[in-house]
Formats: sequence, structure tokens, C-alpha cells
Amino acid sequence: MKILVTVKRVIDFNVKVRVAADGSGIDLSNVKMSMNPFDEISIEEALRLKEAGTATEVVVVSVGPAKAEETLRTALAMGADRAILVETDDVVEPLAVAKIVKGVVEQEGPQLIIVGKQAIDDDCNQTGQMLSALLGWSQGTFASKVEIDSERATVTREVDGGLQTIALKLPAVITTDLRLNEPRYASLPNIMKAKKKPLERKSPADFDVDTKARIKVLNTEEPEGRKSGVKVASVAELVEKLKNEAGVL
Amino acid sequence: MTTLVLADHDGTSLSDQTAKVVAAVAKIGFDVHVLVAGSHVGAIASQAAELSGVSKVLVADTPALENNLAEPLTALIVSLRDDYKTFAAAATSVGKSVMPRVAALMDASQISEIIDVVSADTFKRPIYAGNAIQTVQSTDAKIVITVRTASFSPASLGATAAVEDVSTAGLSSDLSTFISDAISENERPELTSAKIIVSGGRGLGSAEKFREVILPVADKLAAAVGASRAAVDSGYAPNDWQVGQTGKVVAPDLYIACGISGAIQHLAGMKDSKIIVAINNDEEAPIFQIADYGLVSDLFVALPELEKEL
Ligand SMILES: Cc1cc2nc3c(=O)[nH]c(=O)nc-3n(C[C@H](O)[C@H](O)[C@H](O)COP(=O)(O)OP(=O)(O)OC[C@H]3O[C@@H](n4cnc5c(N)ncnc54)[C@H](O)[C@@H]3O)c2cc1C
Ligand SMILES: Nc1ncnc2c1ncn2[C@@H]1O[C@H](COP(=O)(O)O)[C@@H](O)[C@H]1O
Repeated sequence: MKILVTVKRVIDFNVKVRVAADGSGIDLSNVKMSMNPFDEISIEEALRLKEAGTATEVVVVSVGPAKAEETLRTALAMGADRAILVETDDVVEPLAVAKIVKGVVEQEGPQLIIVGKQAIDDDCNQTGQMLSALLGWSQGTFASKVEIDSERATVTREVDGGLQTIALKLPAVITTDLRLNEPRYASLPNIMKAKKKPLERKSPADFDVDTKARIKVLNTEEPEGRKSGVKVASVAELVEKLKNEAGVL
Repeated sequence: MTTLVLADHDGTSLSDQTAKVVAAVAKIGFDVHVLVAGSHVGAIASQAAELSGVSKVLVADTPALENNLAEPLTALIVSLRDDYKTFAAAATSVGKSVMPRVAALMDASQISEIIDVVSADTFKRPIYAGNAIQTVQSTDAKIVITVRTASFSPASLGATAAVEDVSTAGLSSDLSTFISDAISENERPELTSAKIIVSGGRGLGSAEKFREVILPVADKLAAAVGASRAAVDSGYAPNDWQVGQTGKVVAPDLYIACGISGAIQHLAGMKDSKIIVAINNDEEAPIFQIADYGLVSDLFVALPELEKEL
């Protein structure tokens, strides 16, 4: 079974985000970029399925600028077999990403696609679900446990009230949640080896997908800040303030 | 024009998140219909019909829609597409799973987790863990949104909307099948609607300590209990208690963060709370920068004391 994993290059989760002064967006000049954390979890899961003999090949795909090659190389260094970079400098919305990845799926024929639940830059939480719908495949979102046999995937999902377990007919799209696994680090020898692994370059046009934005960004602003509070010296003072000053008790 | 709201429910009762979505989409200015989909959901439909601002409730009642599986629910909503301009749901685990599918099949870009309605096609939404707020305008023929319910007050009760059955012919759930639920038994208020939340982080040190010091305070305050990702990952608290960028977003009147450092991913889920209290033994912890009241103290001393004072 072949597994396709999507990876997005995003701002590193530790970076303090700066809003551009002119309201046009986020200032990304000279900030550290990394793989979306959920995509590391996706790769880890795919690699474990390969190590268990369930999967035969792990192919990673990213839609983004030339620099997304770095992110794909990281995926290859973790252990993925091949990479596909669909190169564009546009900001690509989840719908267009899903359409492009659908095109990749038609060429590659994977039985399972593992997608992160959410990109930590746009916080959309859409791409995997859209891809599943466009393909007409089954969907298991927010996975915290995955088991695969020949015809189906059993997925435990993190839902609002706790956990839900469902069975998906294969082929399927799974989106990963934080508790699915702990991703490995790439070792130095593997980072070297990854430089020679195959990376294929494509463009959105190769899949007949128009990446023009459907959603117009009219403004980007900082959220309202909170006014700074006070330190209290004791629990008694805290309770007094909550009762008499804040009025919440 | 009309907006269709997908009702959020657990098979037994309507979630109050639906009332918040109804209030949010009322600002769009269209008629509002609510779709109640599931199996034996008559009582839920009656609850939806009471929400002010709702002019009609559609009921899709069939076993294939039990358990909120995404594929049949999507097919149902898409079958109603011609009657609606806008499709909305709460950004719950069901809404997040279903609405992007609906959007894709209508060739629309979804606008996720809106926190404000500017006009019928223009909304505000947070990005980058709430570090920026974007105002965005949809250019699609159909508009699909999910609503961050912490940003809206619920619609009041008192309406008597018409309730109508819709066709469920051809809906099946052969792509995915339900196996089991492990829904937490919880006597406490829901995190997303609680007035007070007591939340614990890695500072609690163990599941036993979490129960021993957090729960009694929560009980005294009739509060919901939250947790940081670190506390959930370490097994101190169940996954559905996680508050943050990738967990639940809450805005109670009072949020008490105990042994939580204040990473941006955690703040993303609670910084719109009315009053924030932080209890942490590290006076440099970033959580103090957004706390209205900060107490530098060992939480194992402070929390039992707090329980007594209440
Ligand atoms: C993709 C991604 C998504 C994430 N999503 C979320 C999310 O949704 N929600 C979330 O919370 N995090 C999330 N995180 C994790 C986040 O970055 C932090 O790692 C996490 O919030 C830290 O949890 P914590 O504050 O409990 O632990 P720590 O940062 O370890 O802080 C523990 C605190 O407890 C204090 N402490 C220790 N002992 C005591 C004591 N005896 N008395 C008082 N204080 C004490 C310490 O001083 C410290 O400040 C995410 C991270 C990533 C990468
Ligand atoms: N440009 C992209 N290239 C590759 N994968 C992407 C891209 N955008 C989103 N994804 C995938 O979709 C997931 C969810 O993203 P989003 O729907 O934007 O929150 C991410 O974790 C990625 O796995």
C-alpha cells in the first residue's frame, strides 16, 4: 500500500508573529520556517505503517514556494521515500491545495492519505476534509489512533466529548491530531541521504488548478491587547478581589 | 436569501452552541433555517424551533445519520444547496469535519471560525493562534462558514418556528461506520459554555494530583475543568479538556490557570476570558502578562487554601 502525506511549510510554532504595519498581512521576512507540526505527526504515522509492513512506500507532497523543498527534504530525512513539490508563490487556499493533491492522487494511486488536522498559520482545518470529499473517499478526522487491515482503517478520533472510534473503507483520508504519536527527529546521516532522494517538481497548471484566491483579505490587524493586571500577595486577597473588584464570585 | 445552520447535538439534546451560531448568523440579515440531522431527533428539532430568529427547522431523521458521520451528513446538506446562499455550523468536532466537505462539493472556499460578521459576505477570523485578526470577503456563489461560538452570546428562546421533514432518500453510510464512543462521563458544565473554568497544566505533576487539587476547587465553584496540552499529553487530563489553538476555545467570566506557563498556543484558547487568574510559582511565567490577577505561589499550597476560602 502506498501512503501519500501532505506537508506545509509554515512559520515555526515558537516564533512570535508580527502583523505588518500596513494591515496587509503577517511579516514573514527573516522568520524561522518549519514543517507544520501536525504534518510531522502524519509522516511519523506513515513511517510506522511502513516499518510494520503495512505500507510499501511513503510519498510526501507540498504546495508552495521553491523554499518548501527544505521542508520536503526534512520529510525525506525522517524517512519518506519520495517527494513532490507543486511550486507556486501564491498563497494557496485549502480548496486549491485539495484540488492539486487530488491531481497528485490520480497520478500516484495511494490507498491512504494522511493530512495534518490544521495548519498553524491559517488555522483553517479544512484541507483533508475537502480532499476526501473531492475524491469521494471516506474520512477520519482528528485521529489519535490508527489501525489498518487490508480493507479498512480503524480510527480513534478526538471529538468534543471524548473519543469516537470509526471504521473507514479504504482508500481513505485521515487527519492527524496531537496524541497520535511522537514524531522522530531526522539523524544527521539521514539528513545527508535525504539530499539524494528523488524530488519531483510540478506546477498547479500541471493539474489544471487555478490558485487564484477566492477569499479576499481586506485587512489584517493585531487583536485587542489585554490591559496589564496586578499581582496579589495571598489567596485571601485574590478571593477578596474576585468578589469585590471583578465581581465574578 | 436564506442561511442554513447545521444543528449541533449529541443525539439526545441540542447543544447550546447552536443557539450561538443562530445569534451569529442573524447578523447576516437573511432568514435562518436550522437543519437537525440524526436518528430519532424529534425532540431536538422542537428545541431548535424555540430559538429566536429561526424561521424554519428542517428535520432529517434516518439511521444513516446517526452518530454524526461526515459523509452522509455532507450529502444531506449538499442536497439542499439550491435553497440556500449561506451554510453555517459551530466549529465543533462535527462542524469542522462536515463543513469543509460541503464547501468543497459546492466549489467554495470555507471561512473557518468566524468571530464577527461584518456583512453577508465579509467576516472576521483569527489566524496564527489568534495573533492576528483578518477581515475576509468571500467571492464564491455559496458561502460556507464555521463559527467560533466563544465569540457570540446565544440566541434567546421564545420562537415557534415551523418544523418540516426533508428527504433522506439515498443517504447511506457505507464509507465509514461507527464502532464505539468513549464519551467522558461529566457532571460538570461544558467547557464551552461554563461561566467559570479551572484549568491545570504540567505543573500538576500527575493525574492523581490533578484530581486532588484541581477538582475540589472546580466543584466549589461549579466550574468546568480545562487543561493545557502538556497536561493532556502527560495523561493528567482527558483530551476533550484541552484548551488552546488546537483544542477548545473558551471565554468564561473567570478562567483560573494553575501551573500553566502561558504558551501562545494555550493563550489562543482562553485569552478572551473576562477575568483571568494565574497561579504559578515562577514569577516570570508568560501567563502573568495576560492575567488580571496573578498569584506567585506553589499551587499545591494555594489551591487547597483557595478551596477553603470559597
Ligand atoms: C501544533 C501545536 C499545537 C498546540 N496546541 C496547544 C493547545 O491547544 N493548548 C495548549 O495548552 N498547548 C498547545 N500546545 C503546546 C504549547 O506550546 C505548550 O507546550 C503547552 O501549552 C505547555 O503546557 P503547560 O503550560 O502546562 O506546561 P509548561 O510550559 O511546562 O508549564 C508548566 C508551568 O507550571 C509551573 N509550575 C510547575 N510546578 C508548579 C507548582 N508546584 N506550583 C505552581 N506552578 C508550577 C511552571 O512554572 C510552568 O510555568 C501546542 C503546541 C504545538 C506545537
Ligand atoms: N500548501 C500546502 N501544501 C501541502 N499540504 C498542505 C498545504 N496546505 C495545507 N496542507 C495540509 O493540510 C493540513 C491542514 O491545513 P489547513 O486546512 O490549512 O488547516 C496541513 O497540516 C497540511 O498537511
